[in-house]
Amino acid sequence: MNTNLKKMLGLIAGLSLVTIACAGLSYANNPTEATAAAAAVVPNSTMPWWAWPLLLFVVTFVMGIIAVLGGVGGGVLFVPIIGGFFPFHIDFVRGAGLLVALAGALAAGPGLLKKGMADLRLAMPVALIASSCAIIGAMIGLALPANIINIALGATILGIVVIMLIAKKSEYPDVKQPDSLSTALRISGVYFEPTSGKDINWQIHRTPQGLATFIVIGVMAGMFGLGAGWANVPVLNLMMGAPLKVSVATSKFLLSITDTSAAWIYINKGAVLPMLVAPSIIGIMLGSIVGVRILAKAKPAAIRYVVIGILIFSGLRALLKGLKIWN
Amino acid sequence: MSKHHVAEEQITYAKILDLGMKVGFLALLASFAIYVFGVMDAHVPVSELPNYWNLPVHEYMQKAGIHGGWWWLGQLGKGDLLNFIGIAFLAGVSILCYLAVIPALFRKGDTIYAFLAITEVLVLLLAASGVLKGGGH
Repeated sequence: MNTNLKKMLGLIAGLSLVTIACAGLSYANNPTEATAAAAAVVPNSTMPWWAWPLLLFVVTFVMGIIAVLGGVGGGVLFVPIIGGFFPFHIDFVRGAGLLVALAGALAAGPGLLKKGMADLRLAMPVALIASSCAIIGAMIGLALPANIINIALGATILGIVVIMLIAKKSEYPDVKQPDSLSTALRISGVYFEPTSGKDINWQIHRTPQGLATFIVIGVMAGMFGLGAGWANVPVLNLMMGAPLKVSVATSKFLLSITDTSAAWIYINKGAVLPMLVAPSIIGIMLGSIVGVRILAKAKPAAIRYVVIGILIFSGLRALLKGLKIWN
Repeated sequence: MSKHHVAEEQITYAKILDLGMKVGFLALLASFAIYVFGVMDAHVPVSELPNYWNLPVHEYMQKAGIHGGWWWLGQLGKGDLLNFIGIAFLAGVSILCYLAVIPALFRKGDTIYAFLAITEVLVLLLAASGVLKGGGH
């Protein structure tokens, strides 16, 4: 994102925070509405309705910072944390999670494409498979009971932790010979690496295996509303051999297509509540901007372990909630 | 980074994505302000939302009188449903991007990718159409 857009988003997000707070106060100060609002405290909570979107904004803002510093997408933190600790049903949380991941991808996508870091030729075949399968995942996800989704979500989050702990990364994977499919599709490229001042040529291999893996990734993205950067990057980088920077950038851009198809299923099924979506998108985008600024100055090594700790905690929470052990 | 590394259709895609993201985001922001300040009546008043947001989606739709698909398009006089303009725009901008690059791909003789783009548009339109029905739980 360019500087003007960042400033605009910062201003907008600040105004939004004030807006939600003012709206809440105006309801609280209006006797008629206050009576209704007092009657409409959230079940199992003494908080008025407006406190939840406000809290959602604050939490997603912090989440945006942590996500950038921890090198994960916002969606993977959003669904287990908001689903586990907020009063919203998991159906609406997943719908909002997809839109949060989508908004992040839409914001980052143009810059990554223009710089040549994200590659459209690499993304298009992958996106077609992942987005088609995300539709199936979304339909399955919305057909399953909440406890089953929570159990599967908890197990998936804990699986992601394992991937984060054991998966290695390869800056420039050694691809000796591109496979015939990637050659036929002419998937290769050149990008400028500013740290070395050199153009980096890249090509990929194991394309059929990689594309097949995106069937599973697409289904999981649609089913849990997680985004899928945690899976996209290892497959593009380690399995298919794309350089790490190209993998990260193309993965981010890919979410703008994968999550689009799944998001439409949630929208059409009524599983999108604007009261969750708007504060979450604004909060996480503002947090990401702040996170990028902090990242430019310092990257605390411990933050990765903080993210892993949060994921373990929220994954266990989802699992135990699904098993009705911790409601 | 010199421009010659980045294909023409990739730049076209990026420009439309950038514009669409900004339009969708601003639309969502404006409609959300209208919604929370009560400028327009909401289909589900904000004070009643806590009675619904902890319900499974099919139960919420039944109790709140919400319909699926593009029903919201005929209800834009309601503050909450007005938000779906921005949401739909954010969810639809990729379709516009794909449509924009198809002519450039055909011009370059890149038939395989042109058909990939057409197929992606059809997949996204199918998802957006509302004709796909999943089971409710």
